[in-house]
Order: sequence, then structure tokens, then C-alpha cells
Amino acid sequence: MNYINLMRIAIRALKRNKTRTFLTMLGILIGVASVIAMLAIGQGSKASIQTQLSSMGTNMIFVMPGSMFRGGVQMGPSNMQSLKMTDLEAIEKNCPDVTMVSPEVRTSGQSIYSNKNWPTTIYGVTPQYLDIRKITIETGRIFTEREVKNSAKVCLIGKTVKDNLFANNQDPVGTVIRFKNIPFKVIGVLAEKGQSGFGQDQDDLIVAPYTTVQKRILAITWLNAIYASAASEELGSKAQTEIEQTLREQHKIKAGEEDDFTVRSQTELVNTFSSVSNVLTALLGAIAGISLLVGGIGIMNIMFVSVTERTREIGLRMSVGARSRDIMMQFLVESVLISIIGGIIGIIFGMGASALISSIMGWPVMVMPQSVVLSFVVCTFIGVFFGWYPARKAAELDPIEAIRYE
Amino acid sequence: MGKKIIEVKQVRKDYHVGEVVVHALRGINLEIEEGEFVAIMGASGSGKSTMLNILGCLDTPTSGEYYLDGTSVASMNRNQLAGIRNRKLGFVFQAYNLLPRTTALENVELPLMYNASLHSKDRKKMAIAALEAVGLADRMDHMPSQLSGGQQQRVAIARALVNNPILILADEATGNLDTRTSFEIMALFQDLNRQGKTIVFVTHEPDIANFTSRRIVFRDGLIRSEERTASVVDAREALKTIPVLNNHDAL
Repeated sequence: MNYINLMRIAIRALKRNKTRTFLTMLGILIGVASVIAMLAIGQGSKASIQTQLSSMGTNMIFVMPGSMFRGGVQMGPSNMQSLKMTDLEAIEKNCPDVTMVSPEVRTSGQSIYSNKNWPTTIYGVTPQYLDIRKITIETGRIFTEREVKNSAKVCLIGKTVKDNLFANNQDPVGTVIRFKNIPFKVIGVLAEKGQSGFGQDQDDLIVAPYTTVQKRILAITWLNAIYASAASEELGSKAQTEIEQTLREQHKIKAGEEDDFTVRSQTELVNTFSSVSNVLTALLGAIAGISLLVGGIGIMNIMFVSVTERTREIGLRMSVGARSRDIMMQFLVESVLISIIGGIIGIIFGMGASALISSIMGWPVMVMPQSVVLSFVVCTFIGVFFGWYPARKAAELDPIEAIRYE
Repeated sequence: MGKKIIEVKQVRKDYHVGEVVVHALRGINLEIEEGEFVAIMGASGSGKSTMLNILGCLDTPTSGEYYLDGTSVASMNRNQLAGIRNRKLGFVFQAYNLLPRTTALENVELPLMYNASLHSKDRKKMAIAALEAVGLADRMDHMPSQLSGGQQQRVAIARALVNNPILILADEATGNLDTRTSFEIMALFQDLNRQGKTIVFVTHEPDIANFTSRRIVFRDGLIRSEERTASVVDAREALKTIPVLNNHDAL
């Protein structure tokens, strides 16, 4: 028996029962559509987190003081005074895969300009800081090395600070604002960065030379953090290790002792979030997969009903010369057709649903070709798997009994 | 003497119903020649249905020999039997057994669908020819539900004819029809027989058996009697003797 005939027989049989065929298809259709949509949501969120994180600089490495014991007391990291400018200089000198490095000293306080004021955070850094963190300047200029050396009272302000201190059309460059009652000359405005992936406003900041913040505001000698940039994303973990080695030497930490600092790289963070969203995707996919499974069981159920209902038809087909294999193939082709057609419609619906979700909910959605191919393969498998048993039952019928079945 | 289409030798068929063995056929010897129109008769439980199943290659005997058109089929497997049914046999059932929601033409095409050597064009041509032979050329696109009982049975006969079988087996083919329609169907069978078709017709109505050329009566799994019909009644003549109630199904 050739396959064209087989298809023709199966299509005729499916057409005879349009409603039932459609309802069976519906199970697979919904299953596939939800798999496609769920995976699209999962993948979309993963992709959006990744772009957000890489907008923060994928080569970025940052060093924070870690907690440590001092005289039997566990100290909190924020109280630590372990990071010094000497550490930074050592990193510059000893780490070949680190291209840029900047200290960070920060404090929160009220910024004031004329009759307006705004609570914000001032970051004491070196000019390289902007490159490391992928911050660009909209107007004005960055401070010079000389201004850093002299602890010049100059600053750049973020968009949020500008909006809250200045009138709409006023150019802040050249004006003098006060932070914690210390006057700072505004020499530049930073380009808008928007919210971070964690809902943090990245434009609510003032950037000034670290020396100014250290000496004139805080009167300290240590650093809150060190920011560095690896030569490339691939060299990120190597650069991270180099920094760890250098700092251990600097801090005279013996082998086996714990670090009094923490080094984190952006790559690490990206990986962490990727794995989180992978878990999310898997979870969504699994839930949708269950509905696909239920759809498959629906096919098996209907095929059983169909076999029983068409016992006489099967008997007749056998009496006019259908072999067991022909009958089996007919029912298998029927179930595979149902699941494949349902699957194709489901893929279209799933893509439509994904587009709808992204436009209504504003979620990032991304339909992957793999998930389309996967659901197609799964559909075929479901058709064969759940059609097999009913088809075998049909093929094993005794023609004599089947033809007289009431 | 014509060619032997059927040659059955010492055929026995036992069924196991739980612990009990039922001897449905207890040593049947039977020969049917080409061009014969044979009626198999008997009460229910006489073994006539079992005989028909074996003759129709739907079942195999427990022991004995069965030659169909010179080929031994007694020890064939399921697939081989299916092939024989497809190429050499045609069945007509009491309940017509047409596929619902399927046109007369597609119903008639069905046996040919299981013959891979046929082209779809030939298939259609053969099906149309078979429907013409039973006088239903104008009903090809009708669904079974749009046809009368007699017409449905004629579609079924066309289906039995379509593969040009060497033997047509009819199982109580007039059992669901009124007298008039039965006679019409028998007239059709007689026409086919005259054209050279060998027909085995299972029935329990002596009236119907009068239209055949030989009757074989089964009883308790054995052939009780076998006789040639002295004068075969022509079904078309017999039709004239019954009053016309409705004319919709006339030949």
C-alpha cells in the first residue's frame, strides 16, 4: 500500500468527522501555542536582562571590601577600610589584563541649587570611571587629572539631578551647586541611562573627583570600591583572578586565609541572571509542556473512541483486503495528521499570542526558531506515541467479529 | 465441467469457548465450479457462516484443505489472506457496510485503495464501471444516507465487483430488504452470474435459493443435502408476480 493512498484514506476519515477532528486538534493547538508563548516570554526576559547588564559594561570588574574578623568581631563590609589607593596603584601595575581602573568613594546627601534641592549620591572617581561604567557625557567635559590631584570642587550631574535642580531650558554647565553645603562647579551633564534591570535610577548621581569627596566631604583615606575594566569580555575571569592575587599580596593575606575583599565581574552577574531566567523559561516551558501532554492524551482518548466506533469500518476494510499494517498505519497517520496540523496552527497562534503579550503587557518577547522546530517535532512524536496503542488495537481486530460489530 | 474455483477437502473448524470445544465444521467436502451460482443454506448454528468465513479467506480451517482458484489458502497468514481477499474475492454483507458520509464512488473505490499497483485514474474508471454495472451511474456522488436500502446494497455489490473477483460471496445479502427489493437484487446477481461471475450466496430463505443454480444445506457442521435446482426461477419474471407498491426502486 502506498503512502499517498494512506494519506488519502486518513484525510477522508478525518473529514468525515470534522467536529471531532477539530476538538482533538484543539488540545494540541493550545498546548503548542502555550509552549511557544511561554518560551518566548522566558527567552525575551533573558535577552532583555542580558542587554541591560551589558549596557552596564560587560568587561566591568568591581572590588568591594569584604567582611572580616577583627578582634573577634565580624565587621560589616561597609565599615571596612581595607581598600586604599595603594591597592588601586598595585592593580594598575601588576594586572596586565586590566586596562582601566578607578576608585569609587560615595556618600549620599542633599544637593542644592538656588531654591531647589534634591537628595542624591555623589561618586568620587577618576576620569576613567565613566569609560568603565559606559557612562557618556551629554554636554560639558570630564574633569582632568590635574583637577583630581588638586581636589577641585567640580562635578558632573546626572539627568535626574539636572531635572530636579534646574529649570527646563537652563544649561547647568558653569553654574555652582552645593552638595552637603560644599559648592561644586558643574562642568558637565551625563547622558541619560534610564533604569537599571533592577529598577534603580541610573541617572540620579553626581560625579566628582575622588580626592574631593575623600578630603572635602568625608575626610577619609579609604575607598568604597574599585572599578576596573578587563581588556576584553573573554579576559574577564583572568583579569578577575589577577586582581584577587594582587590584592591578597597587598593585604598580606596568607594562604588559607579568607579574603578581606570581594571581586565581582559583570560576566559573572550576566551568567547568574542568565541561569535564573533559564530556570524561569524551563518552568514556564514545563507548565506549557504539561498542557501539550494533556492534549496528547486527548488524542489517544479520541483515537480509542474512534477505533471502537469504527470497528465495522475496520472489519470492512480488512474484508476488502486491508492488511493489519494498513489499518495500523491509517490510524497512526490520522493521529499524526491531527497533531501536526494542530501543531502548525498552534505555532501560528503561539506567535500571535507572543506578539499580543508584548504589545499589551509591554513584556519583551522573543520567539526562537528552536522552540518552533521543537514543538513541531514534539507534535509528531505525540501523534505517533499516543496514536500507537489505539492503532494497534484497531489492527489486531478480528475481521469476522469486526464486520458484524454492533 | 468448468474450472474448479473452490475445492474444499475435509475441512474442520473447532472453536474453544472456555473449556468446551465447539465443532463448527466437522469435515466438509465441497467443490464449486466457475460460473456457478450456489446458495448455502442452513439454520443458525449449522456452520454456514463459518463456512463462508473460510471460503472468504477471513478465517482458516483447523484442519483440511482449501484450494481457491488452484491455490492452497488453508495455511496462509493474515497478510497473505488479505492479499487474496483484495485481488480475488468480493463481499456483499447483509448490513451493506458502506462507509458513512462517503460518496458511493469512494465506497466502491475502497478495495482498490489497498491495491498499490493501481493508478488513481484507473481506480476511478474501474469504480465508475462497477457502478454502471449495477445501474447506479447517476448516483455516484450520493452519500449512503441519501440512498434507499436497495441502492445501498447495489453500491455494496459494485464494491464487490470492482476488483474483478473470481468469486463473489454474499452473506444474507437480501436479509435487510423487502421482498420486491430482494428480488431486484437477486435479478442483479443473476445478471452477473450470466456474465460469468461465480457467486456463493448464504441465505436461509428458500425463496431466494430458488434463484440460484445449486443449493447446499448445512446442518450441525456437515453438509446435509446438496441439489441442483431443477428449474431456476428468473428473478425478473418473479418480480412481475408481486404487486408494485412503490416504483422508486425499479430496475
